[in-house]
Amino acid sequence: MQSTWYPINMSRFKIRRRSRREAHLGDLVFSYLLRLLSLGLALLLLMIGFFLFRGAFASISRFGWDFITGSVWDPVQEIFGSAPVLYGTLVSSLIAVIIAAPLSVGIALFLNELAPPLISRSIGFLIEMLAAIPSVVYGLWGIFVLAPSLRTRVEPALVKYLGWIPLFSGPFYGVGMLAAGLILSIMIIPTIFSLSREIFRTIPMAQREAALALGATRWEMMKISVLRSSKSGIGGAIILGLGRALGETMAVTMVIGNRAEISASLLAPAQTMASVIANEYAEASNDIHLSSLIEIGFLLFVVTFIINGFARIFILRESKS
Amino acid sequence: MNTKAILEVKDLHAWFGNTEAVKGVSLSAAYNAVTAIIGPSGCGKSTFIRCLNRLHEELPGAYATGHVLIENIDIYDKKVDPVSIRRKVGMVFQKPNPFPSLSIFDNVVAGLKLAGVKRQSTLKEIAEQSLLSAALWSEVKDKLHAPGTSLSGGQQQRLCIARALAVEPTVLLMDEPTSALDPISTAKIEELMTELRKKVTIVIVTHNMQQAARISDQTAFFLSGELIEFGETSQVFTAPQKEQTERYITGRFG
Amino acid sequence: MNHTVLTEHMTKKYQQRKITNRVMIGLLASASCIALIPLLSIFIYVLAQGLPGLNLNFFTQLPQPIGETGGGMANSIMGTLTLILTASLFGIVWGVGTGLFLSEYPPGRLSNVVRFSADLLSSIPSIIIGLFVYTLIVIPMRRFSLLAGAVALGIIMIPTLARSTEELLRRVPVHVREAGLALGLPRWKVILRIVLLGNSRAISTGIILAIARVSGETAPLLFTSFNNQYWQRGIDQPTSSLPVQIYTYAISPYEDWHQQAWTGALILVSLVFMMNMMTRYLLSPRRSSK
Repeated sequence: MQSTWYPINMSRFKIRRRSRREAHLGDLVFSYLLRLLSLGLALLLLMIGFFLFRGAFASISRFGWDFITGSVWDPVQEIFGSAPVLYGTLVSSLIAVIIAAPLSVGIALFLNELAPPLISRSIGFLIEMLAAIPSVVYGLWGIFVLAPSLRTRVEPALVKYLGWIPLFSGPFYGVGMLAAGLILSIMIIPTIFSLSREIFRTIPMAQREAALALGATRWEMMKISVLRSSKSGIGGAIILGLGRALGETMAVTMVIGNRAEISASLLAPAQTMASVIANEYAEASNDIHLSSLIEIGFLLFVVTFIINGFARIFILRESKS
Repeated sequence: MNTKAILEVKDLHAWFGNTEAVKGVSLSAAYNAVTAIIGPSGCGKSTFIRCLNRLHEELPGAYATGHVLIENIDIYDKKVDPVSIRRKVGMVFQKPNPFPSLSIFDNVVAGLKLAGVKRQSTLKEIAEQSLLSAALWSEVKDKLHAPGTSLSGGQQQRLCIARALAVEPTVLLMDEPTSALDPISTAKIEELMTELRKKVTIVIVTHNMQQAARISDQTAFFLSGELIEFGETSQVFTAPQKEQTERYITGRFG
Repeated sequence: MNHTVLTEHMTKKYQQRKITNRVMIGLLASASCIALIPLLSIFIYVLAQGLPGLNLNFFTQLPQPIGETGGGMANSIMGTLTLILTASLFGIVWGVGTGLFLSEYPPGRLSNVVRFSADLLSSIPSIIIGLFVYTLIVIPMRRFSLLAGAVALGIIMIPTLARSTEELLRRVPVHVREAGLALGLPRWKVILRIVLLGNSRAISTGIILAIARVSGETAPLLFTSFNNQYWQRGIDQPTSSLPVQIYTYAISPYEDWHQQAWTGALILVSLVFMMNMMTRYLLSPRRSSK
């Protein structure tokens, strides 16, 4: 139940302040204090953008658009083209979304429409636990469990049977784009799952009964009453998942192999925007290298900003209709 | 009136977890007649009607026992698939519930499409017929591709009736179909029902006794999950056999 | 097509539909099981690999230099606790204060802007926050420091706390506030004493969740609080923390350090899960029905 409580409006505030000065001095101070804090939060966002831009300025003015289009990232030669890094970010996140989106929506459907309450609650709880595991622990598991099993079991089979596709060709190391995509997919499952389940819960029972009464099977009911009417909400959930994948740092840094090269093969090592920052901050001895890393950060900031704005519009449209 | 029974209910019990909502009801509805179910709220009349297409059991923790024979087939037989039953038994709900993501046309043919009918000409033909039967055709024929939810409440309810009719059911269940509508829309739907009964057997739940008296051939009176009285509408309203029925229809309780 | 042909067609199709239905239900159920595999695997490995290294030394000793066995993460555990405490000092006040503004004052342009900013801020990757604090504090101070790390974690706490506080306080019925005002209390006292303290349990779950979220954060600490193999010496000095230490050890080539990383992960995961369980307990219906 939502309640609103706004008995005092601000114009009355001033009149009453004159009549009962002491009590209202406290109110005035308190309300301005809270305003200041709230305004500060909005300013914080602007400050982040500004400071990153200022830090990136040296790199922006030196490389211009070449920074985005250049395909060589070589700190030693002081050549900074971030195309391989952007490519790595995009591809690893896409792998994650392609795997996680159908899984998460499927789980949300299963738990909301099919499973008995006890199972629904316990599996839901476990899936949400996935979100609580720190990124660095995912990375640890990735290095010592996921990557070795990819190297010894999955990747040899991929190369053997699907090696004719460029995506699965060439030498393999366990760590690489595929490992990063897989680990990201696990990490964004709870994001997409929780939002989808919330959306499914808002669909009235009458919609489901309308389909069942027409002779729809369970699956057809889910398709016609549940999935169809939450399309844009699910879209928003997936975009939010993508946003999370784009900026995820530690787990990716630990399993992607950290090589800033564009390769057709998913088995090859790669680099993402977040992982290049995490990896090279320590060795960034000269200013232009540091500035380039900050520019990567600035770009990542802008991209997540746009993506999350988009997702929110999608979800808002859902809740209005 | 053809008095051959098309719908026979024998000793039907319906449960929500440990609560018994319908306590051993038996009645039979005549072919192409309108059967009204009346009774105070909470008497189990909605639960009863939802057992007639096995929709009741779709709620968590709900189940039903007993026999419901439609055209001599027991729909509670273990071998019978509830999904196939629901194509024979259409249902219209309390609040109009067209699919919000579908157009008017797609709403009407939703049941057919589910059943695997793909030919556009067939779909168009049946959609027109069903909308005509639901007395909605003239109002929507120029905007078949507008969303179903763009219609007024009364039109939406007639759209739901058209949707139910499109799969050519033998029985049409109506669960207080006019309770969410204004008097004019209600009148339209009542008028429609006197037409519909020529093609389909109707079982309607209503809390409005005048409505039951106006439109039905048979009336069943429910109280606390039990069937108190069942008979010809004129008899139930003019010469009730049971004291409880009399007290209810004269407005003394409920 | 006449009616009987149509019915025949439908009956034939129906077998197909039933199969599709079964297959899809099977797929949905297996999706739920597949997603649980990594969770189980992570749990099992963290326990199996972490437990052998769990002993008193781990909590009391400093890391040993490369080549010497033994040692612990005492300084990292202390470092993480100090970081969280310092971050909470301003993160909680800022976050809860903003939440109060959003829930207790009339909606207007500012509250919409603030709500939107909070949502965006919470979705910015944490490494960006780290980079921001790096340019804000580390570069001017010319030094990695506990302060910088705490500021980064604090900033991450603010939007989460603001929104959770707002959500929780909106559930408080109006009459509770009116009762306070009717007693002649000024508005700010009503907000602080009745609204905030009266719902301290709900507010504290929000705080615990925010702390749980930042206690596992690694990326924003890499270039703010950095790392340190010794005890923390001051707020303007770099400090070790559990997540960064796990990362450092995990990517090292030494067997012994890997063992320590797993044990560190066990501690970290237990800490985060304990906090999550605590909020569930505090929010469970049995407890909150007063």
